[in-house]
Amino acid sequence: MTQNEAITNENGATAPLLLSAENVAKRFAGVPALVDGRIRLRAGTVNALCGGNGAGKSTFLGVLMGMLRRDAGSVTVKGREVNFSSPAEALDAGIAIITQELSPFLDMTVAENLYLGREQRRGRFFVDDKCMLSDAEAILARLKFNIPAGARLRDLSIAQAQLVEITKAISRRSDILIMDEPTSAIGEREAQMLFDAIRTLTAEGVGIIYVSHRLTEIFEIADDYTVFRDGRFVGGGSISEIDRKGLIRSIVGRNLLDHHREPKDTGPQKPLLEARGFASKGKFADIDMTVHAGEIVGIYGLLGSGRSEFVNALYGNEPRDSGQVLIEGKPIDLKTPADSIGAGISLVTEDRKQTGLSLTASVAHNITVANLPHYARKGFMNGSAEARSVVEHIKRFSIKTASPDLPVQSLSGGNQQKVVLARCVDTNPRILICDEPTRGVDEGAKREIYAFLGNFVKAGNAVLMISSEVPEILANADRIVVFRRGRIAGEVAGPEATQETLVHLAS
Amino acid sequence: MVSASQSMSGMSLGKFIARYGIVISFILLFVVLSLASPNFLSTNNLLNVLRQVSMNGVLAVGMTFVILTAGIDLSIGSLLALAGAVAASLVTGADAFNPLLAVAAGVAVGALCGAVNGGLIAYFKVPAFVATLGMLSVARGATLLYSGGRPIPNLSLEFRWLGQGLVLGIPVPVIIFAIVFAVAAIVLRYSIYGRRVYAVGGNPRSAKTSGINTSGIIFSVYVIMGALAGLAGVMLTARTTSALPQAGIGYELDAIAAVVIGGTSLTGGIGRIGYTLVGVLIIGMISNGLDLMGVSSYYQQIIKGSIIVLAVLIDRSRAGRE
Repeated sequence: MTQNEAITNENGATAPLLLSAENVAKRFAGVPALVDGRIRLRAGTVNALCGGNGAGKSTFLGVLMGMLRRDAGSVTVKGREVNFSSPAEALDAGIAIITQELSPFLDMTVAENLYLGREQRRGRFFVDDKCMLSDAEAILARLKFNIPAGARLRDLSIAQAQLVEITKAISRRSDILIMDEPTSAIGEREAQMLFDAIRTLTAEGVGIIYVSHRLTEIFEIADDYTVFRDGRFVGGGSISEIDRKGLIRSIVGRNLLDHHREPKDTGPQKPLLEARGFASKGKFADIDMTVHAGEIVGIYGLLGSGRSEFVNALYGNEPRDSGQVLIEGKPIDLKTPADSIGAGISLVTEDRKQTGLSLTASVAHNITVANLPHYARKGFMNGSAEARSVVEHIKRFSIKTASPDLPVQSLSGGNQQKVVLARCVDTNPRILICDEPTRGVDEGAKREIYAFLGNFVKAGNAVLMISSEVPEILANADRIVVFRRGRIAGEVAGPEATQETLVHLAS
Repeated sequence: MVSASQSMSGMSLGKFIARYGIVISFILLFVVLSLASPNFLSTNNLLNVLRQVSMNGVLAVGMTFVILTAGIDLSIGSLLALAGAVAASLVTGADAFNPLLAVAAGVAVGALCGAVNGGLIAYFKVPAFVATLGMLSVARGATLLYSGGRPIPNLSLEFRWLGQGLVLGIPVPVIIFAIVFAVAAIVLRYSIYGRRVYAVGGNPRSAKTSGINTSGIIFSVYVIMGALAGLAGVMLTARTTSALPQAGIGYELDAIAAVVIGGTSLTGGIGRIGYTLVGVLIIGMISNGLDLMGVSSYYQQIIKGSIIVLAVLIDRSRAGRE
């Protein structure tokens, strides 16, 4: 580490640069996911990496962690230029990541988890449990983590399990920690525990890249901030030099706000879909919601707020403990997705690869799979009727594919998403539930999807749209219902909603 | 990413082999066996091959349905023996029933056991491997109980015709197999049901969201498999002129092998029943050719096992490249 790399922080003290990245770029199948990623992480500080979905944060972290090879740019760790080809190399360089989904070994003790793969031995073959246990206790005590080293991971809370992961990283002598939304699955009190841990670590000189959508905690814990938007670094500096509004402006930008749906015709509208008293133990409770004809209702909430769980229960994908559905004021018994489709409801699921598409099946078969009886006589498919309809859908959504018979996995993300939409529309629904309808979709396809949804409700239908992208929800929804910890935290009329109000209600 | 137009036109030799490798192997094998053994090409021997493969063919058709849903059925050899014993008991001795009743009974017994398999797998979420492994033992035990551990001989002439008869010079089992295959091919290719089998295998969660009764589909493929195992049991019993309680041991391997050699993916959703037919014929030709060349059946097992693994290995490396 050279002197000129040290930066002076606001207190006048110098903190050496642990990690710096410049102009990092990465493309997937020719599509740029990251154009210009940058960050400067000083020892003993927390740098909050902010950005909406699709800003390129995950790709950037992937490069830093050696999970992805960058196409261009440079990464310097402690004065040494690096280009990791595996996560192991990044670990060796002292970089560790604490992800949203932890993968601890639940039936092993804390100590066993800490030393997995590098167990302390007695002799050549035997594991020295005693020594491991006392070492683990020592390091936990040093970090002021109140966790018994002999406890099984199964008996710990999620937050405690995260602390174990952090301890593991520290015990490996990692001095650069990447925390990817560490508070998304834990409660307020536990979050404070985590923040205490972070303060202990920074006091020891560890640098932390902290990714979170919760602005309040960024202002509580971070020293610096770095903002990405559309794959580019758009701003960064000391957190003391920016306020909440300024940070939001930087995250959101203006590029999406030029799309604004015309507000729906005012005047009395009939409720099309009503959900009453929805509850599912441990997921959500007391959910009441009404969606009128001609309306896009947005659902906003952080990860784990119960928003996706609610719509999946509504649709019949997941069981629920209680909840009544009314369509045009009439109670209707919805237990399975087939019931919902029959009642005119269709669901665009959150993750097209996991739940949306049969990737190896053709574009055509994916489009018509929810509506097969419509194309059949006496159980056998009428190929020409099906083919005609498929061609229409491909045209209507301008799905770019050389042939309807190609496997859907050969299409780009945006076009795959349009195939999911086409399948949902194929059943002729009146109510379209979209869970993150534009996740991982390029800007052009996004606009096409928004335009489609706008026209869809104009024809007297309704849309229930979940999105964690605030600009998207602001630009499209007539009303926004905000979920927080399994309950409805509030409702905002579209024109009055701002990023502030939504984020405030959700966190 | 390979653009769509590229993959359509100008298919390279490598891709051609990847796509039609199984057919090419079949033709090569055919030519090699014709040259190696002068008897192989005789009409008599070819009909013999077809007769020999017809039982495994019927089983492989059912197994294609099961594997398309990413399942597996290990119990079919036992189901075959049980169905054979039940059918035989209805057409043995002096007071033999109508052979059609015996066929119906055999198929029904198979379907019933298949329904138990399917119910456990689809509704109680027992892994297919475990459920059908249990059935393998249960149905074999039931066969031994039912038959008292002895063969059931003296089957009526009409019943034996199902295994030994000829229509226009074509063995009856071959005709049965052809019908089963044709019906299955049409159902998989052109029916709603067939589409749903592929959809459930391709991505069960997506299929569920699309309103498909995924549990019902999974249940049904095991019933189909069971019924076809029952039918194969009837065919085998009629051909061997008595029901043997040890019949069908290891038959599941040949059926699975045929499906896998035919390129159907064990992870579900991908596969064509036409290629299963090629797989069935390849296995049949290998056995027959090795027989003609006087290769011991001990070696045959080793060779067959190696070919199965090789087929999957080729499939894997192909999938890896794509």
